[in-house]
Amino acid sequence: MGLQTESPGPVPFGMPLRRLLSGNALLVVILGLPVLAGVAGAILPAFGYLPALGGRDLTLVHLVELARQPHVLRSALTGLAAGLITTFAALAIVGTFVAGFAGTWAFTRIQHLVSPLLAVPHAAAAFALAFLVAPSGFLLRLASPELTGFTRPPDWLVPNDPYALSMIAGLISKEVPFLFLVALAALPQLAVARAARLTAALGYGRVLGFGVSLWPALYRQIRLPVFAVLAYSVSVVDVAIIIGPQLPPTLPVRIAQWAAYPDLDARFLASAGALVQLATVLAAMAIWNVAERFGRIALARLTSSGRRLAEDGALRVAAALLMTGCAVTIFAGLGLLSLWSAAGLWPFPDALPESLTTRTWLRTLPQLRVPLGTTIALALSAALLALLVAILLLYRNGGRKNGAGYRLLYLPLLVPEISFVFGLQILLFSAGVSPAFASVLAVHFLFVLPYVLLSLSAPWRELDPRFERIAAGLGKSPLEILFKVRLPLLFRACLTALAVGFSVSVSLYLPTLLVGSGRLTTITTEAVALASGGDRRVIGVHALVQSLLPFLAFLVASLGPQLLFRNRRAMRT
Amino acid sequence: MLVLGLAGRAAATDVNDWDSVVAEAKGQTVYFNAWGGSENINAYIRWAGEEMKARYGVTVVHVKLDDTAKAIATVLAEKSAGQNEGGSVDLVWINGENFAAMKREGLLYGPDWATKLPNWRYVDRENMPTVLKDFTIPTDGLESPWGGAKLVFFYDSARTEASELPRSAADLLKWAGAHPGRFSYPQPPDFTGSSFLKQVLIELTADKARLQRPADDATFEAAVAPLIAYLDRLTPLLWRKGKAYPQNYPDMKQKLADGELDIIFAFNPAEASSAIANGELPDTVRSFVFPGGTLGNTHFVAIPYNAQAKAGALLLADFLLSPEAQLRKQDPKIWGDPTVLSLAKLAAADRDAFARLDLGVATLAPEALGPMLDEPHPDWMTRIETEWIRRYGAAN
Repeated sequence: MGLQTESPGPVPFGMPLRRLLSGNALLVVILGLPVLAGVAGAILPAFGYLPALGGRDLTLVHLVELARQPHVLRSALTGLAAGLITTFAALAIVGTFVAGFAGTWAFTRIQHLVSPLLAVPHAAAAFALAFLVAPSGFLLRLASPELTGFTRPPDWLVPNDPYALSMIAGLISKEVPFLFLVALAALPQLAVARAARLTAALGYGRVLGFGVSLWPALYRQIRLPVFAVLAYSVSVVDVAIIIGPQLPPTLPVRIAQWAAYPDLDARFLASAGALVQLATVLAAMAIWNVAERFGRIALARLTSSGRRLAEDGALRVAAALLMTGCAVTIFAGLGLLSLWSAAGLWPFPDALPESLTTRTWLRTLPQLRVPLGTTIALALSAALLALLVAILLLYRNGGRKNGAGYRLLYLPLLVPEISFVFGLQILLFSAGVSPAFASVLAVHFLFVLPYVLLSLSAPWRELDPRFERIAAGLGKSPLEILFKVRLPLLFRACLTALAVGFSVSVSLYLPTLLVGSGRLTTITTEAVALASGGDRRVIGVHALVQSLLPFLAFLVASLGPQLLFRNRRAMRT
Repeated sequence: MLVLGLAGRAAATDVNDWDSVVAEAKGQTVYFNAWGGSENINAYIRWAGEEMKARYGVTVVHVKLDDTAKAIATVLAEKSAGQNEGGSVDLVWINGENFAAMKREGLLYGPDWATKLPNWRYVDRENMPTVLKDFTIPTDGLESPWGGAKLVFFYDSARTEASELPRSAADLLKWAGAHPGRFSYPQPPDFTGSSFLKQVLIELTADKARLQRPADDATFEAAVAPLIAYLDRLTPLLWRKGKAYPQNYPDMKQKLADGELDIIFAFNPAEASSAIANGELPDTVRSFVFPGGTLGNTHFVAIPYNAQAKAGALLLADFLLSPEAQLRKQDPKIWGDPTVLSLAKLAAADRDAFARLDLGVATLAPEALGPMLDEPHPDWMTRIETEWIRRYGAAN
């Protein structure tokens, strides 16, 4: 791995470029600085520093005030528990499924079913679930009044239950596809078939065979994405608003409410909340760390115990059903959203609308042209830029696990979006930057880069180093090796990273709204603004259009390699 | 204005010289920050923008907010960064607490421009005191009225007999006892939900004048005791037994259509008619009010102190106040928002046009809307919301 970074570089034109690239550290500073400033802009007001509101003295009163807020502990703990349960369940489902089916016919089938789910925006998935399971939702409409006797929707507390169960279900159904895709990108680096033959020969069942042979290596590769899932599920706002608990809401939702409170002093409170939210995320990670240790010990015990779990059919079926269940739920929900988008009056308990109309679509579509253009331009530029920078960073740092360096860039994933963006907004205005495409793009880039790095770094590290050694042995320069060997081999991983970056950018709401001062409207800012109006027909239209964009990106990512490498079987996966 | 002129700000917009405002506005782009949650309203604003472009060469961009406080946050961030000119918000749709906060923080363009607008002369300031006092806070001409609002209840006459309907807040409690789980209100601090709390507070308060002054710590608890007692009895009778609440008015509307709720309410008397026209509610939905009166107020547009296109914003504010724009706004097929103009002050043709408007099957005639209760001082709302969250903010 050290080849491209430490060899003196015999090729002349390599030198100036290398000097340029030694600005790697500088790059990290340039990129890390706004993140730190955003964090500072979020945290300083928590201690009373916000000159615009006359706050110049450092004080703890805002934290005390936060502690006095009713039920604030419960809000924080509900979010913490929901995040941990979501992450654990999603990882368990994906892990068991991958272990039980990697390399089989069913795997490919379910892979094709689940992958498109990643494209569905969280908010749309949450609406889809709510439309299905609510007492006035589709499932009860199907069964009523014939089976249930209900002519009016029953008074059941679903969704929005205080234990956040519906929210956890919604989050799991969205995090499973994400983790699955990340695992999928890492799988080609593992000797799945060989390990399966070996463990089968030793009498292991598929699941445990994978578990003892390949799981530690796979988990190492998807560990950062798992932490991103954890941080995301603990801090999620939009899904929590739609199907999360309401009395009290989770802490991130309350922070968003305080930040939007007309009484401007509430900003201090929001910042104090953001600080506690940061601590909550850190606590979740600490707990996860401990759980990892226990998991390692348990796996080691299991391995040395000699148990084979040869009869794991039920477990495999359960994992496959859960995977499929996520997909079916969300697809059914999306179908329902489509139906609503064209529905006339649709009273309970009718299973179908009284009439269908194209009015909602005809009224909405012409207005979507400009936001659609902005969304695509932003997402494409942000994702491409992030991919270039990610390749640059990884190229310079090679396989080394450079802790301090670009780890800084993961900060946007840990700090609750709302206060981080408020901090950034102050920074941009202080620098005299007026809201425009470029500043919004810069902020999108900050949010997109971590995800692109996350999805690219593992395959990058795990690429068999012998390819490059052979190329170096043939006298190729580091740059030639990068462009002729490494990047083509990682083509699929690059496209996947690009698609991930694209869909992250598409779904960004607060950064677009606050930094763009609302001057740049994207599909998502339109969708969330209308979602607050609650009309299921309009929500349907926007959720479908919003889902379509990332879906297309992933389609390109999965078809691209197959088209480009038609004649090279091993590179099509 | 004079002071500004002497200070050498030759380019300063002068609202007293309207021709210069019109000339200066030409070619400007006005970023109008307004709640974007309703398709009808968005379409209306789009129409206003097209007219502004055609008539004055002013481009209007509707910045769709899910919460007006976001626009205030933007102006605040600009102020904190010292950006006192060329701000990104030119006009903002506002009232109540948001106006009080912006006025208090000095975030508004002034002095008095609203009463200098050419169309101000039509405004019904005699019969509609709320165009001058926004939730008891004097507007001082820092915001220009746009539309009226009044709390009106809706029900589905196919399910609920008109004779059973409650006639007061106390009546409503009895009704909820007879129909548990079929009434609720949007969870405060949602605007409509908080308004319901204010309606109950006003009805249960003997000395209504004290609500017009800021609340004070010493007497607040005693003042809201009747409201709390009321809510303690109402909560278990609510939809989901008060363990979840609708998010906002459109959410309640959906729940009326789904049959989850039987009585809902809105701040726009024409809402039900326009929802029927859109196929969102069945055509059996009707309106009613409490004979003792319901909460009413006015909503406005205001210009931030650092707005880039002040002339364009003034021109748009004036256009929104024109009889033509107000007529279109009151048409339930377009939006259905009541006008702030006095019909008596209009030209005969305009007056007739207003009279000819078909307000829709579910809309009460203006004279049937009952007395209007004044909004309490914003201080009450803030405190009551806090109190509500403390008491009812956690379900077991």
